Amino acid sequence: MSTAVVTVNRSLFPRLNLRQKTLLIIGFTSLLLLAIVVSSLFVDGDSLPTDFSSRNLAPSFEHPFGTDWMGRDMFTRTLEGLGLSIVIGAFASLISAVLTVILGLLSSAGKAADSFVSWLVDLSLSIPHLLLIILISIGLGGGAAGVITGVALTHWTSLTRVVRAEIKQLKAQEYIHISRNLGKSKWWIATKHILPHLIPQIILGTILLFPHAILHEASVTFLGFGLSPHEPAIGIILSESMRYLSAGYWWLAFFPGLSLLIVVLAFDMIGENLGKLMDPKNAHE
Amino acid sequence: MSDNAKISGFIGKKVLRLISLLLVVSFVSFMLVQYSPIDPVRAYLGEMSVSAEHKAKLEEYWGVNTPPKEKFLNWAGSLLKGDFGDSLIYRMPVTDVIKERFTASLALMASSWLISGVLGFILGIASGMYKGTLFDRAIKTYCYVLTATPTFWLALVLLMVFSVQLGWFPIGLSVPIGVTAENVTFFDRIEHLILPALTLSILGVAQIAMFTREKLIEVMSSDYVLFAKARGEKGLDLVLRHGIRNVALPAITLQFLSFSELFGGTVLVEQVFSYPGIGQATVAAGLRSDVPLLLGVVLVSAVFVFSGNLIADIIYEFIDPRMKQQESTT
Repeated sequence: MSTAVVTVNRSLFPRLNLRQKTLLIIGFTSLLLLAIVVSSLFVDGDSLPTDFSSRNLAPSFEHPFGTDWMGRDMFTRTLEGLGLSIVIGAFASLISAVLTVILGLLSSAGKAADSFVSWLVDLSLSIPHLLLIILISIGLGGGAAGVITGVALTHWTSLTRVVRAEIKQLKAQEYIHISRNLGKSKWWIATKHILPHLIPQIILGTILLFPHAILHEASVTFLGFGLSPHEPAIGIILSESMRYLSAGYWWLAFFPGLSLLIVVLAFDMIGENLGKLMDPKNAHE
Repeated sequence: MSDNAKISGFIGKKVLRLISLLLVVSFVSFMLVQYSPIDPVRAYLGEMSVSAEHKAKLEEYWGVNTPPKEKFLNWAGSLLKGDFGDSLIYRMPVTDVIKERFTASLALMASSWLISGVLGFILGIASGMYKGTLFDRAIKTYCYVLTATPTFWLALVLLMVFSVQLGWFPIGLSVPIGVTAENVTFFDRIEHLILPALTLSILGVAQIAMFTREKLIEVMSSDYVLFAKARGEKGLDLVLRHGIRNVALPAITLQFLSFSELFGGTVLVEQVFSYPGIGQATVAAGLRSDVPLLLGVVLVSAVFVFSGNLIADIIYEFIDPRMKQQESTT
């Protein structure tokens, strides 16, 4: 889907072939995301002085994203929020991926286990995701733990479906039949034959889970069920900005949301391009 | 298998599915809310301070001290009789709250669902027809960016541009403030509906457009399209005759499967525009621990999503002729 980006690069780097460009895109976006996380770690709450003489300033060179009603620099707050979003997204996606591996391998164990897994998938798809995250978050008393668990427990379904289909296809392969006839145990086949095939899929799937995880975290926090109002999360910043909308302080909402969009797009881009590299069907393009 | 047997088998399976689904959903969501460490009375009161006596009264009203097992049986028992209990914050039966709120949301969801479906389909067909051109790339980039856009942020931006800066639309609510219910005109309602519906439509377009585009490209590279081209068919006629027929059904199915996301989007959009629909009621119920209302909403939304999936299944099983053909060959 990122051909638009690739074409831009075509004119910028005429000497590189597509594979090198893809690698370049991955490198750049990863660097950008890494820079956001690292810089958000160095910027802590102390560097956000509440300066009432410079409150509600429109964007300028000194404050690129403007300042809020307490005179805090919105750029710093946004940076912190993005770092937080990425970290939470990482936790949630990783937990989701672990769940996927467990359930995927379980579904290959037998017919009953398989129908149990597909029943679980159907079940968690039957309630709107947002509502389920809200419920889980309430159940765990909100906060970071609530959001991470909520997002992790709702996002494994799509990846599990992919993994299940992949396992089904693998199990029909001849070398697995041969292995079985040679008397290898189920566990041996699962770890030595099936798992290696799944690893690229799972890594890719985990990266592609990121955007959804980040967006859902921000949404739930925005509604008031997620991180506590003291955290500098993007959802909190945006829900605070709603109070100042009619006053015309558009920068309070515009820039933080736009930055979130860019981060999400960057993850999408990494995922897509990695997929291109890993999928042998596309390798000739 | 005769058609009748097939239909009754299908219905039986679906009814069983729905019942088991509702049982599990109600049990799990009840447990989640019940064992939440959040003190419902505290959540309701917020920062207000009250006397111990008053607090005890509230605790009784909220049922804090009733044992969970008894509470669940009471709730489930009256649920079977069609009684969802009373909403604690609106102080009226949950069924009434949901009925009122859901009707308001339904107008929002239905309009944006239709608009995004039709618009997405047309865009997808157009971009698939002109694959590789600048137009196609523009559509693709548009869809790509939209899937990464936070719903509530888009809602905020639209609100800022059209309501605050331009003043074309009211800032919130589904009816003007200070006007009695009889005096609210149809036009007023529409005016308050446009921006929320627009937000949801803009976002909903992305998925369906991308899907339609991929499908159309797949169909256009098939043998029968090649043959049609050899017969001299071309341009829009070719797409209308061979493309759209094959793409429409999967696209409609996909649109029905999107009920879950539609509901999630509605919750966010209603919150931004303070549109008094089911989403706003959900958030209020969640934040202020209105357990009966929250559980009611969960069950209703589960049925809502289920019906979307059911319609998609029906299309697959009974309407799509290719499905029948596949069955007879295997």
